[in-house]
Amino acid sequence: MMRVHAPGLLTTVQDLGRPGGGPLGISPAGAADPVALRLGNILLGNPPHAAALEMTLSGGAFEFEEPTLIALTGSDFGAACEGRRLELWRTHEIPAGGILQIGGTASGARCYLCVRGGFAVERWLGSASTHVLSGLGGFHGRPLRKGDALAIYPSRAGRPRKRIRPEVVAAVSPRRTLRVTRGPHSNWFEYATVRTFTSHRYTVTEDANRMGLRLAGPALATRGGGQMITEGVSLGAIQVPPAGQPIILFVDQQTTGGYPIVANIIAADLPSIGQLRPRDEIRFEMTSFEQARRLIIEQEMLLGSGEDLLCE
Amino acid sequence: MPGHRVTFRAASDRSLLIRLGESIDLDTHRRVLRLLRTLEAHPVEGMIDLHPAYASILVVFDPVRQDPGGLQAALRIRLAESEAVELAPPRLIEIPVCYGGEYGPDLDAVARFHRIQAERVIELHSRPVYTVYFLGFAPGFAYLGGLPEEIATPRLDVPRARVPAGSVGIAGSQTGVYPFATPGGWRLIGRTPLRMFDPNRASRMSLLETGDQVRFLSIGPEEFAAIERQAQ
Repeated sequence: MMRVHAPGLLTTVQDLGRPGGGPLGISPAGAADPVALRLGNILLGNPPHAAALEMTLSGGAFEFEEPTLIALTGSDFGAACEGRRLELWRTHEIPAGGILQIGGTASGARCYLCVRGGFAVERWLGSASTHVLSGLGGFHGRPLRKGDALAIYPSRAGRPRKRIRPEVVAAVSPRRTLRVTRGPHSNWFEYATVRTFTSHRYTVTEDANRMGLRLAGPALATRGGGQMITEGVSLGAIQVPPAGQPIILFVDQQTTGGYPIVANIIAADLPSIGQLRPRDEIRFEMTSFEQARRLIIEQEMLLGSGEDLLCE
Repeated sequence: MPGHRVTFRAASDRSLLIRLGESIDLDTHRRVLRLLRTLEAHPVEGMIDLHPAYASILVVFDPVRQDPGGLQAALRIRLAESEAVELAPPRLIEIPVCYGGEYGPDLDAVARFHRIQAERVIELHSRPVYTVYFLGFAPGFAYLGGLPEEIATPRLDVPRARVPAGSVGIAGSQTGVYPFATPGGWRLIGRTPLRMFDPNRASRMSLLETGDQVRFLSIGPEEFAAIERQAQ
């Protein structure tokens, strides 16, 4: 059992999400930085779908009743237990009654607290992920509060101490130049507008969450490529409302939308969105569908190497 | 169906948009529904999600397991199969709505906008049989077709920060029911005591599903309270 002494800004239970709910308007949710979550579960010898805590911008304080093997991945929020600083990307043994103190971020937006066995949260549509806006899934459909107690699945004892190889951490480190493919409404944008989009910096605004991230930068003009009727929208789509400031659709996204889409962030770079904070500056780089596919296959081959990603 | 131009368009490196028409009409809707039913019953290799809409379906796929060319070829076969699908007769769902007052704070504004009485707005809204074109935006949010043009009303200039669950709204020529308390810019004319989306309901988690028909029934505050009590 783990008790929440302080919940942080927005801490939710997440796993790899629940794709398949589109016909009912349900977006997959799941970890904002799934690569960080997957590496945490690989460290602990967990199944890929084991549920962890996703912390946003600030951590919290969590007490473990039993000795628990944990791992922290994603961005470093400055974690400590009993005065000992806990590094990211490696396993740590928390003694019975140990309190894990996690601070605020110095770099990216999200840090994952993974536990050996995973958090025992009831699955809805096959997933323990929390969909915050609709209050569905996860721990009672909501972010954690002070006083919450979360059960942990039992696991076999005796997992040797491990860490993720530094070159692997470097290979998956979040990008500030996000690669995109052209969007499905290219007739809505002049060539010069797409050039503007890929040649200037955009700033993440305060209005950035799991549903979407509003950006600020050079406005993108839409020229009206005919009647726009609501269509399905994909994760990482970059919508352009009439005012011209783009919005990135993210993991708790709406499943359909009525604004033209200028581009879509490639699958390999979606986890990087999960580490963006308000005021971060980003750029977009146009790439081909073929290159995008090569990059995701490469990333999956790396993550699929299991125990080879680890060292002592 | 022969003669209908279908286009495939990559929406991202992991999704393909199938457009079956260019307008919001029942014929296009039925073709979307037939393809949706076909793909739900017989998924193609690598397919992981479907986002249907008025005239299109977005197919989300795993780019490691499937390449766009292979996916498109498999989808063309399903598309041909879907033309023979017999759609079941639609279910008619009746949704009780308490119009106006605290339940529908924009009812009077909608009436003023069209220079008609509030009672006339209620009459016009509760008369037609609507069709659920698709669920989108949020879990269980149904896009309904069939709103009389006499009460089509533009969205609010400034969306509300919180719209109560069950609120019935109008946005342009669309009408719909908010399943959850969310921010929203639709003009609210009433509210239903029914739970539009219940994750614990064994079947029909979403009260409305694509292809259903819907009629709104005008009820008073007492009946609203009685149904609400019963639902809990």
